[in-house]
Amino acid sequence: MNAPRSTSALLYLSGVTVSFDGFKALNNLSLLVEPGEMRAIIGPNGAGKTTMMDVITGKTRPDSGEVVFDGTADLTKLDEADIATLGIGRKFQKPTVFENHTVRDNLLLALAGLRRWYRLLLAQPTKAEHDRLEHILDIVRLGPQQHMLAARLSHGQKQWLEIGMLLAQNPKLLLVDEPVAGMTDVETETTAQVLREVNKSHSVVVVEHDMSFVRALDVKVTVLHEGSMLAEGSLDQVSADPRVIEVYLGR
Amino acid sequence: MMTRFLWTGMGRNLRLFVLLVLTVGIAVPLLNVLMPQGSPLYVPSYVLQLMGKYLCYASLALAVDLVWGFCGILSLGHAAFFGLGGYCMGMYLMRQIGTRGVYGNPVLPDFMVFLNYKELPWFWYGFDQFWFAAAMVVLVPSLLALALGWFAFRSRVTGVYLSIITQAMTFALLLAFFRNDMGFGGNNGLTDFKDILGYSVQADATRAVLCFASALALALFLVISGAVVGSRFGKALTAVRDAESRMRFLGYRVEGFKLFVFVLSAAMAGIAGALYVPQVGIINPSEFAPGNSIEAVLWVAVGGRGTLVGPVIGAFLVNFAKTWLTGALPEVWLFALGALFIVVTLLLPKGIVGLWAQIKSRNLARKAVSA
Repeated sequence: MNAPRSTSALLYLSGVTVSFDGFKALNNLSLLVEPGEMRAIIGPNGAGKTTMMDVITGKTRPDSGEVVFDGTADLTKLDEADIATLGIGRKFQKPTVFENHTVRDNLLLALAGLRRWYRLLLAQPTKAEHDRLEHILDIVRLGPQQHMLAARLSHGQKQWLEIGMLLAQNPKLLLVDEPVAGMTDVETETTAQVLREVNKSHSVVVVEHDMSFVRALDVKVTVLHEGSMLAEGSLDQVSADPRVIEVYLGR
Repeated sequence: MMTRFLWTGMGRNLRLFVLLVLTVGIAVPLLNVLMPQGSPLYVPSYVLQLMGKYLCYASLALAVDLVWGFCGILSLGHAAFFGLGGYCMGMYLMRQIGTRGVYGNPVLPDFMVFLNYKELPWFWYGFDQFWFAAAMVVLVPSLLALALGWFAFRSRVTGVYLSIITQAMTFALLLAFFRNDMGFGGNNGLTDFKDILGYSVQADATRAVLCFASALALALFLVISGAVVGSRFGKALTAVRDAESRMRFLGYRVEGFKLFVFVLSAAMAGIAGALYVPQVGIINPSEFAPGNSIEAVLWVAVGGRGTLVGPVIGAFLVNFAKTWLTGALPEVWLFALGALFIVVTLLLPKGIVGLWAQIKSRNLARKAVSA
């Protein structure tokens, strides 16, 4: 095994292959995300989008290939907690907020910093934490709901809370999986605004089906197909690509 | 810092409840010892003894609730920790008998003489000292919980599989302690205790102090549990219960949280068992019977899982019903227990405390509508 290669990219995937019982979920996938960039990943069902997220967050180990974060960290050797601590936050497809906690407590639990059980026993809230929470509540537009139980939020609000929780971890890279599935048009538009605001201070990778949302994001798009990269560029460029049209419309 | 930790975790209701436990724990023993037998305020000795037992059961229920209600670990083996604490205390009490035993051996307890032991097994050393036995009461259950939890939580064994492991643990202990060559008195267990710290275990005054000590222990456990679940640790703990993998992705090492409450809970159960044994006068392997652990879970379910007051109320109510029914209609008790389990599961998912909260919020809503 070679030493992980040093790269200027924030996230560097090269030749990543994952197979489940012979089925190649990812097939020699390569991807580069630059620091500060927001990238949208699209692709038909089964293209390997979620598996790619699993590999980056340490949930799934690749059979082969390199996954390097922030120039030096080899993600194929770390577990979920290590990777989260390193600065990769993930938002799942299905919102999984802590339903029995208030919105504010959800963000507090996600807040970067204290993680060890023995530190938490005696932890007292600080001014810095308070300010950070207020700031995040502003960005995700949940200030008025902060003392509500997360279970009582609407679907869209839960998604924003999730994004807020990601933000609270202050990761270098946010992985956002299908943020607007099941949202109304207005909520979708708001989500795009929220993510653009988030992108001012963080790098983001968004996986999404909704084309109007991807258009609203207005960022570089990567098209996945059968586990590898099919096309890359602006949404207009890739949607003019005949191979992309074939994949999306051909069958 | 410690007092602030213990105080801030407690809500007003919990403070009141702790005061109630302490008041009962002081009043019942005092009324037994100080009042003359004919007085209407006199508390009979059997009530005192029952109260002491119930208080120990309540501590066990609280221990179960701490892992099950707040961390989602359904332990079906908590009676094992209770029993181990009880055995540690029993060993101390056996060593106190000295030459007053049937065989009059100054070192060996009666059952060892009977089984032809030539000398005291090494693991009985030190138990003639109270401080040593007291330390073991906490250490033995804690270390077992630490070992079991370490392997189970690290291997990410959860849910029903973990429950089965805990059940297997208590069953294994049951079988082991039944064996005469284990050196713990086989199926007769340890009994015929004479005195504790120099006071006769039969005396009303000793019983009164033990009952008070049980109340004190329960109050202390309530305060500690309140502080733990009220802290930021507690928020993280219930989050682990509700969405464990989410917590992992947030960067929490979930094992540490589980292990801490599991060990704390085992230590609480051990102390409860140690206080229980001198009050009932015997400890034998039947304490490890799987049914005992399941009954403790039922107390928690009846009272209200995930609340601190609930398990105490549940332990008292179910055990009161058990004492009464097994006396009045002994053949009915098991059916009543089964029926209770069904009723609670179907109709009272949050137990009695949950029902009360529900009624209260409904009344509030009605008031809001009429206002």
